[in-house]
Amino acid sequence: MNNKATQGKDLLSVILRGITVAAAVITGVTVAIIVGYILIKGIPSIDSSLFALNYTSDNQSLTTSFINTVLMTALALVIAVPLGVGAAIYLTEYTRNSGKLVTLIRYAAETLAGIPSIVYGLFGMLFFVVSLRMGFSLLAGSLTIAIMVLPTIMRTSEEALLSVPMQYREGAFALGAGKLRTVFRVILPAASSGILSGMILAIGRIVGESAALIFTAGTVAEFPTSVFSSTRTLSVHMYSLASEGLHIDKAYATAVVLLALVAIINAAALLVMRRITKGRQHL
Amino acid sequence: MQIDHLEITALIGPSGCGKSTLLKTINRMNDLIDGFHIKGKVELDGKNIYESFDVNQLRKRVGMVFQKPNPFPMSIYDNIVFGPKTHGVKAKDELDEIVEKSLKRAALFDRVKDKLHKPALALSGGEQQRLCIARAIAINPEVLLLDEPTSALDPIATEKIEETVLELKKRYTIIIVTHNMQQAKRISDKTAFFLLGKLTEFAPTEQIFNQPVDKATRAYIKGKFG
Repeated sequence: MNNKATQGKDLLSVILRGITVAAAVITGVTVAIIVGYILIKGIPSIDSSLFALNYTSDNQSLTTSFINTVLMTALALVIAVPLGVGAAIYLTEYTRNSGKLVTLIRYAAETLAGIPSIVYGLFGMLFFVVSLRMGFSLLAGSLTIAIMVLPTIMRTSEEALLSVPMQYREGAFALGAGKLRTVFRVILPAASSGILSGMILAIGRIVGESAALIFTAGTVAEFPTSVFSSTRTLSVHMYSLASEGLHIDKAYATAVVLLALVAIINAAALLVMRRITKGRQHL
Repeated sequence: MQIDHLEITALIGPSGCGKSTLLKTINRMNDLIDGFHIKGKVELDGKNIYESFDVNQLRKRVGMVFQKPNPFPMSIYDNIVFGPKTHGVKAKDELDEIVEKSLKRAALFDRVKDKLHKPALALSGGEQQRLCIARAIAINPEVLLLDEPTSALDPIATEKIEETVLELKKRYTIIIVTHNMQQAKRISDKTAFFLLGKLTEFAPTEQIFNQPVDKATRAYIKGKFG
């Protein structure tokens, strides 16, 4: 290789390196600016009235919204996780990439994942709220949002199941274990961290969702008395405060709480994942 | 081809000659492969395994150890009790006993007795393979299929596995696929030589290695191809 070519190569690699570094820095700085901006604007407005037990138009308390967010997330996951994981098990363990039905299910899931949430909101309103007469309710909201996160949970679970080495299945079958036992005792535990990370993504989406919920769960900032109560989640609370335009400072304060909530969920999930995967590197 | 009780039968032959396929037919692991079809019969105690047996019951009687150690990502103890639990053993003391007995027979007990509840994947390759042997014998099979059990291991671990296999011969009928002719010579009673999907010669190991009848067998054993 002559000297000139070497120099040219070096220059190119320096440039490429520079570009990737710049990309990383821009990404990091953007996140830092957004978080910093929210914290600076929001933290001064956090006071005890924000956490008062009941919401009034004076205190803009977020307590009820916070509880509703937790309830909404839990209910949506209870609906979506068994369905999503179940579908993933069917696709990976029982069909192994064959058949028109499988292609159709995958295609449907991918399409569902790409639909804007406002469309889910509209569908949820027409179907659950109006046709099924659920009204603006916790139930209608969580059903809508469960459909929304279903593809995420299904696809991540599918990936997690596919990454479980074939040798585990062979090992279990060779011991005379049936399909069901193999899946539930060997494959699912081995895939649990991947499935969990899908759930975290789903939680993130649910907590941050407003459009789909405004049309289905309503905006009543009170503790729900049943699954048919209209509820307001944190994101919707924030949206309401911001769109009313009277309490922008409180909207920022709510954003801080929302941010903290997401950070805590992620940290907790990371901790759980580490617990599960401890000493369990794959083959 | 007749496999005798409490003997070690070695299946040898060049790559792609069908020895692993035959082995996996005996416990019906080939059922997992798309497009697999079978002609002929495999009989266990005179009964056709594809007709007279429930596949999971068959696999309880015919255990298997794979080429690459494949312990489950759980503790050593849980790995071994997986099989017995599958077949309905529930009592804790009974399971404890099975674990100890299986590990002893696989010559692993002394190495792991203080860390039974540690993850199995933390063990070395040779230890993992012995754990897989212990896991296979924990359901008390009659036949043990070994699919190149030492090909992923170093010579020292290989020697230990071979010792273990010779010890296991007292209780189990063993069929071993191996690429290592010396290994076949060292441990087996009978050897079957396969070529291009056909059984070419099947005889006592000594005879196969000293006076093979078939020309191809002789050439293979002398290392002329394969």
